[in-house]
Amino acid sequence: MKKAETEMYSHNLRTTVFCVLVSIAVLGCGPKQTSTGDTQGASATGGEISIKGSDTMVHVVTAWADAFMKKRSDIKISVTGGGSGTGVAALLNGTTDVCASSRDLSEEEKKAGESQGLKLSVTIVARDALSIVVHPSNPVNELTLEQIERIYTGAITNWSEVGGANESIVVTSRESSSGTYMFFLEHVLRKKDYTQNALLLPATSAIVQSVSDSSSAIGYVGLGYVHEAGAKLKSVGVKATPDAPAVMPTTETVLSGAYSISRPLLLVVAKEATGPVKDFLDFCVSDEGQAIVEESGYVKVQ
Amino acid sequence: MSFRQIQERSVKYVLAGAASTSIVIVALIFLFLFREALPFAKDPGLGALVGSRWMPKSFQGAGYGLLPLITGSALVTVLATLIAIPFGVCGAVYIAEVAGPREREILKPFIELVAAIPSVVLGFFGLIVLAPIIKSAFGLMSGMTALTGAVLLALMAVPTIISISEDAIRSVPRAYKEASLALGANRIQTIFKVVVPAAMSGIIASIMLGMGRVVGETMAVIMVTGNAAKVTLSPFEPVRTMTATIAAEMGEVPFGTAHYRALFWIGIALLIATFFINLVALRVLKSYRRA
Repeated sequence: MKKAETEMYSHNLRTTVFCVLVSIAVLGCGPKQTSTGDTQGASATGGEISIKGSDTMVHVVTAWADAFMKKRSDIKISVTGGGSGTGVAALLNGTTDVCASSRDLSEEEKKAGESQGLKLSVTIVARDALSIVVHPSNPVNELTLEQIERIYTGAITNWSEVGGANESIVVTSRESSSGTYMFFLEHVLRKKDYTQNALLLPATSAIVQSVSDSSSAIGYVGLGYVHEAGAKLKSVGVKATPDAPAVMPTTETVLSGAYSISRPLLLVVAKEATGPVKDFLDFCVSDEGQAIVEESGYVKVQ
Repeated sequence: MSFRQIQERSVKYVLAGAASTSIVIVALIFLFLFREALPFAKDPGLGALVGSRWMPKSFQGAGYGLLPLITGSALVTVLATLIAIPFGVCGAVYIAEVAGPREREILKPFIELVAAIPSVVLGFFGLIVLAPIIKSAFGLMSGMTALTGAVLLALMAVPTIISISEDAIRSVPRAYKEASLALGANRIQTIFKVVVPAAMSGIIASIMLGMGRVVGETMAVIMVTGNAAKVTLSPFEPVRTMTATIAAEMGEVPFGTAHYRALFWIGIALLIATFFINLVALRVLKSYRRA
């Protein structure tokens, strides 16, 4: 009796081990066979365009897509955000046709594109300025670029150091997947690291929420969001140098180049644009497309 | 071998195969994580993971120190567990020992409903409602703190703790209670001096399982904890958890870079943590079933 039981047990064990091995073999083989085939899947020939990337640009790209689809009912456009880096990665992996990016492509990304035989082509479709925003009750009305840099790198930690109340500064920023994060890092922080105390928030709306909620917070958001947030936020004037006049972010000051923290917004494609994709890009830079840019609170290319 | 034997054997193989799928999946996940993570040991070196600077995008040299992420996750988890224990255990005692059958019928579905709320909805609630409350209640500069995340996570752990603890309390033999009451102890004394101690290992196991859920939770914490990667043990400071880091950064990271591999090391650390917690929970649960 005892012996029969143990035999049965070891037999069952052998069965289990066998099945585990078979399953490993089956599952293990799966991905290898498919990995060679399907990397350049997405194409724009079927009258469908997918656009992915910058959260900053989602507003304006959606507005373009709506207007364009009204004119061309044979074309369907899908727009998703996720951040410029996400969009570029998707473009390189062939999962989107067009990438919306609020920053230039990095050398790494250009190299990765070349090594895959892609011809990345960049079109400037609009301009954006980053507003530095604070709570409406904050007495500080202007900051120099250097002060902003020092606040974000953690050298200045109290509002009293820049002419405000004696309160410690709550620094808010986007997550590192954001194009805005990288732009700010390169051009405002001049490549110095963000302070480790900075709150990294998953979306611009979260920055708006926490700055409008806290009298001691500072944040950066695209011009379009300031329009939308209305009286919940206050933009501060930015001085390029301590002696220069403070400039508020507006369409005029961005176009004239007087406002320091502005950047081009880009649409990137992985190969020479043809058919519907080309039509769409042309539409974005047309007068009609540029009118939409202004309505959305951004700044025209010219 | 007769036809019947073959038939029986094949059925057995199929069933055993189905039953062992999860073992295979766990093994494959481990394999995959290590395959993606290992090259990190060669390039920046594993020493880069030991440090308090998590700054993967930097012109000053990237920092891949996991310390702030580990302390962040640990702080939120411990706080959440401390908040969840009194609610969970007292709730379980009430449902198992005090509540009448009607009350139990109303309470139980609602508690299970809390467990069914999608975590991103809880996170949104936390951002809009809870963070401002915590900010003004403690006079803080910002409501995005470890405590805010912990309160949300406690909400998610409580249903797990209640349902397993209740089970443990109800399975305490009737004779224990009757003996206690016969000796002149009143109801409260019986519950807290006899029933709860007898069910203790089940209660501890439920707490560990609740903790397992808390460690792995992502969406709710990413929205409310502020995600600042610094080493702190204060509940009123923002923290960046391991799960939030993976979720926020995996989408944009270029494949095969050191940053990409570092994220897999976070995954391994997380897997080991949950594995360990579950293991302890199972051990405790086993000893309670035997008792």
